[in-house]
Amino acid sequence: MPRGETEHRYRSYLITGFFILAIWYLLARILDSIALPTPLAVFSAFIAGLADGSLISHLSISALRVFYGVALASSLAVPIGLVSHEEGVDKFVAPFVYLLYPIPHIVLLPLIILLFGIGDLSKIILIAIIVFFQILVTTRDASRNLSINYVYSMLSLSASRRDIYKHVIFPACVPKILTAMRISVGTSIAVLFFVESFATRKGLGYLIMDSWSRANYPDLYATMVSMALLGFGLYIVIEKIEKKVCRWVYI
Amino acid sequence: MIKAKDITKRYPDGTEALRDVNFDIRSGESCSIIGPSGCGKTTLLLILTGILKPTEGKAVIVGKDMSSPSKEVALVFQNYGLFPWKTVYENASLGLELRGLNRKERKEIVTSLLSELGLKGFENRYPNQISRGMQQRVAFARALALNPKILLMDEPLSSLDALTRENLQNFLLRLWKEKRMTMLLVTHSIEEAVFLGRRIIVLSSRPGTVIRAIDNAEMGDLNYRTKEVFFDKCREVRQSIDTGAI
Repeated sequence: MPRGETEHRYRSYLITGFFILAIWYLLARILDSIALPTPLAVFSAFIAGLADGSLISHLSISALRVFYGVALASSLAVPIGLVSHEEGVDKFVAPFVYLLYPIPHIVLLPLIILLFGIGDLSKIILIAIIVFFQILVTTRDASRNLSINYVYSMLSLSASRRDIYKHVIFPACVPKILTAMRISVGTSIAVLFFVESFATRKGLGYLIMDSWSRANYPDLYATMVSMALLGFGLYIVIEKIEKKVCRWVYI
Repeated sequence: MIKAKDITKRYPDGTEALRDVNFDIRSGESCSIIGPSGCGKTTLLLILTGILKPTEGKAVIVGKDMSSPSKEVALVFQNYGLFPWKTVYENASLGLELRGLNRKERKEIVTSLLSELGLKGFENRYPNQISRGMQQRVAFARALALNPKILLMDEPLSSLDALTRENLQNFLLRLWKEKRMTMLLVTHSIEEAVFLGRRIIVLSSRPGTVIRAIDNAEMGDLNYRTKEVFFDKCREVRQSIDTGAI
């Protein structure tokens, strides 16, 4: 990407961020309620949280849960989605996808806690189950919709099935896979809040519930901001990977 | 060299693409196949390459029944031949990579071929960054890198503008004269079929079957396009296509 374009993007991020803060400030002033502190009050709570290290430790635990969840989901969803290119595999996979994808998987929480306990594992698994389907559906669609002509082109070069996956099916699906992962980061942070709101004393979700119960609104908002920054950060990281790995899409 | 023997192809959905197609192309001959859209020309090439299996009949290449893609044959597609996620160089060297040549061997062959085809300096571009004419030359480079005895082409020039197209036709003619490859060109264009085919096979509309094989011994010269006999030949081909379609 040309340097000018990047600069332009950062500038528009900055302007938008400023705009959001301005609206926030105005609302806080108009409502004049302890439930909506001003950005400045939240900012000082945020700095205080950073300074005593508590915010960082909760943030890093949350980030790890999201990371493991998305990694676990992708490591299963991507291969299954790719091999769904084969008619025989898809016949088996498609009914599962159609029946299980539209269900709100978050209701599986009691079952997962029964099976995996109340520790980190069950939190990661719930995140993984939910984003698994998002990534699987996207990957499967991408590998199914690949033009047969690309495969013919490979076959004319006497390619083996492995070659076809390596040179055609996988690279052709990578952009869609990364987009799915980018979207799934947003979802997994929403799930994160849910799974961290009970039976744990660590993570941003816990911190939100805790400061809420203490009616410490600046702390509450500072944690919300951290959660938002976590999502934004992961989103940007995946986008950067996408730009680097899928250079051919952005030309 | 290339023999189509009573080839019939019916797809599972019931469409009959080809019916009893028969022809025989000698070693070193250049042959054009022409016919209306949807006459099963692409299907025929996929059968000759061993990618698709005929419902009845068989394709024999260099004396062997085709059941899987042969190393003697290279196929050039109109679209989709190149992979947009691979650079010009990666696309051109893919066939060699699949044959297990190492990096150095590939580089030697591909680099000289690309510069021969006027693609020097474009090695690291992606297909979407170069013109249609260049893309098609990359497709030729990939096929020629394999040093095939037989070159099959599926409307390789049909998406190009007239000038680029004529340039590449000249290139193909020179290639045929220099390397004496057996070439089979499927095309929509009567002029192209006559310019490049020592023999012109006319297919009917679907299900495709051979209506006529026209001998074209006068071809082989870059000036052929301007000669009276070229126009006569084009007329002859045009007439046999018309009678076939009606």
